[in-house]
Amino acid sequence: MAETNRQNQEIEEKFARKRRRERLEKVGYFVASFSMLLIVWELSRAVGLINPKIFPSVPAVLKSFIDQLSDGSLQKHMYASFMRVLVSFAIGIVMAVIFGFLIGWFRTVRLLLDPVINFFRALPPIALIPLMIIFFGIGETSKIIVLSYAAFFPALVVIYQALVSLDPIYIRAGKALGATNLEIFRKIILPQLVPNIITACRVSLGVCWATLVAAELIAAQRGIGAMMVEAQNFFQMPPLVLGIILIGVISLLMDAFVRFVEKKATAWQEKIS
Amino acid sequence: MDKGIVIDHVGMTYSSLTGNVEALRDINLSIEPGEFICLVGPSGCGKTTLLNAIAGFLEPTAGSVYMEGRKISAPGPDRGVVFQQYAVFPWLTVRQNVAFGLRLNSNRKAPQEIDTIVDHFIDLVDLKEFQDAYPKELSGGMKQRVAIARSYAVNPNVLLMDEPFGALDAQTRQFMQESLLQILEKERKTVVFVTHGVEEAAFLSTRVVVMAARPGRIREIIPIELPYPREAATKTSPEFIKIRARIDRVVREEFQKLRQNTAA
Repeated sequence: MAETNRQNQEIEEKFARKRRRERLEKVGYFVASFSMLLIVWELSRAVGLINPKIFPSVPAVLKSFIDQLSDGSLQKHMYASFMRVLVSFAIGIVMAVIFGFLIGWFRTVRLLLDPVINFFRALPPIALIPLMIIFFGIGETSKIIVLSYAAFFPALVVIYQALVSLDPIYIRAGKALGATNLEIFRKIILPQLVPNIITACRVSLGVCWATLVAAELIAAQRGIGAMMVEAQNFFQMPPLVLGIILIGVISLLMDAFVRFVEKKATAWQEKIS
Repeated sequence: MDKGIVIDHVGMTYSSLTGNVEALRDINLSIEPGEFICLVGPSGCGKTTLLNAIAGFLEPTAGSVYMEGRKISAPGPDRGVVFQQYAVFPWLTVRQNVAFGLRLNSNRKAPQEIDTIVDHFIDLVDLKEFQDAYPKELSGGMKQRVAIARSYAVNPNVLLMDEPFGALDAQTRQFMQESLLQILEKERKTVVFVTHGVEEAAFLSTRVVVMAARPGRIREIIPIELPYPREAATKTSPEFIKIRARIDRVVREEFQKLRQNTAA
């Protein structure tokens, strides 16, 4: 008995060591991958593959980062961008969930709206910008509308597709146990859609963030896009490149966050791995 | 007439692209409380359709099904359903699955009462060790026991089972048949059970209803007069073998007829 316990413990430890090693390895490769990018960047400048007078060095971008951080302008821009994305994303997702359910649940609504949805889905959000400026001016409203639009359609499609492909067996099981329509919706349909809603969030957040810079080109005073436009106007290369890097890093972080939530919320799912 | 289930001149016709399909024609059957009825027959004989009509998932196009004198028009907690595909909610633990029906408005109970009932039925299907596991961690047989406990928890008078053990391997199926009988021994229900297995039908039921296809109708009703409790040894007794052979002959005939008709 003690013997088997000791053996089990040893196996347990062996697996724990293996998991630790794999985690460490992953971090190592992550660091190596980005270091490689930085090396290629500096090397390309050194050998003249890209014009070193135009394209800034790694330390110059780093300096711009620290400077803007210490005078608070970077925080101001990032805050503005974040708020725009978060507000628009929230509006887009809530609308997508509501409309997704209406479309998925009512056949008539689905048949009526499906063709139009496909039209709007194919329409890039940026194409709306000129119209929105005429309607709402160059203020916050037009940006929020364009970004909400960007968040809305991909999420809508994910949610209603998931809804129409649900297995009716669980609904039947619920009815046979005495569930009312509202209970079926709350206790059977909604929990099954949680993974899809999270996927919708991931897609929407990505599209939203990608549309942000374009939206901020509308004479924005603040925001990472505005910072980049300003840098372009004054031919300040380090803040421009910094803007590009920040957009990439923030979008990676947001995606990692949504994936983390997904893992917590969908522990019951059978994963193919 | 008042007690149990009465199937009264039930017919069911579907319209499909190739014309109308008559899934059931003039089905008449009275099921007494406490009976165990097995529906057997070739594919397409409408046995699942009939079960769905009793469950209230489908409305017959002719005739009616009555339960304790009332016409069945919708599913309800007085008739528990166990499906071949388990239909255990994968986002809930075993405990939460069994408690599901008790937390609905139609049979809401106080939390302590729910706990007591859930404990009782988890014990009954022998899943105490797994009560906090998610369905993905369970085998097929265990999932089906969760489904049975979930149905039992809302205390239905009737249990409708649609090939519940069809997806299980032979050993597990045998085990599940025996445990189902043991559960019923402790807490009696009327059961209507759809199966492909002649042996399963003979082992479990008080009456076997053999159905014929195209259109789906009752071919013969065979009473099984073997005493309960039945166990593994029952299957090797001469009476059992005789009755099984009899059911088998009728089912085989129907299967042959069907094959000749489709070949012609």
